[in-house]
Amino acid sequence: MFFSDKHAGMGELADTLAEEAYTEGRSLWRDARRRFMQHRAAVASLVVLALLLLFAAFGQYLSPWDNESIDWASLPNLDEDGVPSLASQHYFGLDPIGRDLYQRTVQGSRISLMVGVLGALTAVVIGTLYGAISGYVGGRTDAIMMRTLEVLSAFPFMFLVIVLMAVFGRNVLLIFIAIGAVSWLNMARIVRGQTLSLKRKEFIEAAMATGVHPFLIVLRHVVPNVLGVVIVYATLLVPEMILFESFISFLGLGVSEPYTSWGALISEGADAMWTAPWTLIFPMLMLVLTLFCFNFLGDGLRDALDPKDR
Amino acid sequence: MFSFIIRRVLVAVPTVLALITVSFVLMHAAPGGPFTNERNVPEAVMENIEAKYNLDKPLWQQYFIYVGNVAQGDLGPSFRYKDFTVNELIESSFPRSAYIGAWSFLFVVVFGVGLGVIAALKQNRWPDYTVMTAAMTGVVFPNFVMAPLLVLLFAVTLRWLPAGGWEGGQVEYIVLPIIAMATSYIAQVARITRSSMIETLRSPFIRTARAKGIPRHKIVLRHALKPALIPVVSYLGPAFVGIITGSVIIDQVFSTGGIGQHFVNGAINRDYSLILGVTILVGMLTILFNAVVDILYTWLDPRVRY
Repeated sequence: MFFSDKHAGMGELADTLAEEAYTEGRSLWRDARRRFMQHRAAVASLVVLALLLLFAAFGQYLSPWDNESIDWASLPNLDEDGVPSLASQHYFGLDPIGRDLYQRTVQGSRISLMVGVLGALTAVVIGTLYGAISGYVGGRTDAIMMRTLEVLSAFPFMFLVIVLMAVFGRNVLLIFIAIGAVSWLNMARIVRGQTLSLKRKEFIEAAMATGVHPFLIVLRHVVPNVLGVVIVYATLLVPEMILFESFISFLGLGVSEPYTSWGALISEGADAMWTAPWTLIFPMLMLVLTLFCFNFLGDGLRDALDPKDR
Repeated sequence: MFSFIIRRVLVAVPTVLALITVSFVLMHAAPGGPFTNERNVPEAVMENIEAKYNLDKPLWQQYFIYVGNVAQGDLGPSFRYKDFTVNELIESSFPRSAYIGAWSFLFVVVFGVGLGVIAALKQNRWPDYTVMTAAMTGVVFPNFVMAPLLVLLFAVTLRWLPAGGWEGGQVEYIVLPIIAMATSYIAQVARITRSSMIETLRSPFIRTARAKGIPRHKIVLRHALKPALIPVVSYLGPAFVGIITGSVIIDQVFSTGGIGQHFVNGAINRDYSLILGVTILVGMLTILFNAVVDILYTWLDPRVRY
């Protein structure tokens, strides 16, 4: 390019160079997007997840049944009349008490996805702020905050969450607060580590020197710069949250009727699988597909946003 | 090393105490008690029952009585299984969970680390892709999906193995629980081992070893494996506790009668002493194995000293 015309004057060359430099200047995010698009599994996962989201949001309009009424006509002979079929428009068959499994799955998808995203969000917000403050303030505050974190991670949290659920009743809101509130520990650790290295950067020093309030420095300068890592970790947290919720619901401690979730549906299916295996298989496929996609998406985002880890 | 162990024990005491306190307060803050479901009990009888379990005393007294008993190794009588003490319930169920857990753990270490190392050595070639795809599949099949799926496949459809039960831990009864237990852990361990092994193989001391002409298998086994295992060990320490205390899911799906079932049933039935007992056991095991992990570090990484 540069040497295509050897007789070009210096001024011309300078122009070309300047232009090159201009066109080659890529932002961090544009670079990340390019790397992400190269990760085919991640892009495909994103598409599938978008479809899943549409399924959860609008899937209910595709079937004439609803999620609560019982199909009395098919109920007496559930093993045969309840099988999935397009003719009866029970696409996923009937659940053990005669409700349309397709509609139940749509409803369960909503709860599961919501708990996953909101739970991850809770964990991310608490974890990021805690980690950023701890890392930024440093000194004794940091020591105390990290010690607290260590004590907290010694608790068998799965057990505490189960106790919480058993004790305070089964409530969707409580579930994701409980799950999110116990899942921020790793997030806090990661963000603290990032913050420690950011703290010595010039732009933070400049902000300090101009007298910006420490809390504003954390919020405006530290948090945006750890966002890449946070996004990657958050994407991997969502499937973890979904798993967590499904686990609790599988035990019968999560969402309660009339609400449902993938875990609750799998639990019902596991009880009915001797005669009606489809009640297990459809919710299971949804869960597994979602977990697959979020994991691939996380991998793709890690390649894109945190390239040193490849 | 000795002072390190002493220090860990000293830290463990307040941690367990904090654990007891939090669980105790949580349990008692819950509406309803262990006997609220008994129907038509005359008031006098109810009072007697409550007096027997010290439930008539103020909460702080109950707390100190309980902590005092725990300090002497007595976890109290179960509120729900009325003829049993919590110690007896744990003694009868924990060995089962530990038995399944020990086998699962063996498979996790052998297959997890083995597959991870193979994938790392063949990075970006077909063995790597195969192992990593399998590992991803393992990760997205959690045990509560895996367990019913295995039953559906091997018990309901093929009828090769019994769907559940214990029967003294005979092979055909524990195969499915072990598979269900180990799968996702194997997948995780394989992933962690692979990435850590790849990183280790790139480090300068491996290059030096290679330059000295040491054969490849010796480099991997003698030089690379130990440092590569560090992150694996930090993952397996806490995981080991989860594996040998068994899983609620395994107990529920396979009716193995392990310790996992007690926690959920305890929480649902408000069986205060059972829940606290199991929590204390798991808490102490967690602390113990975190310490074991720290000791293993000194062996894996000579730079670590206590």
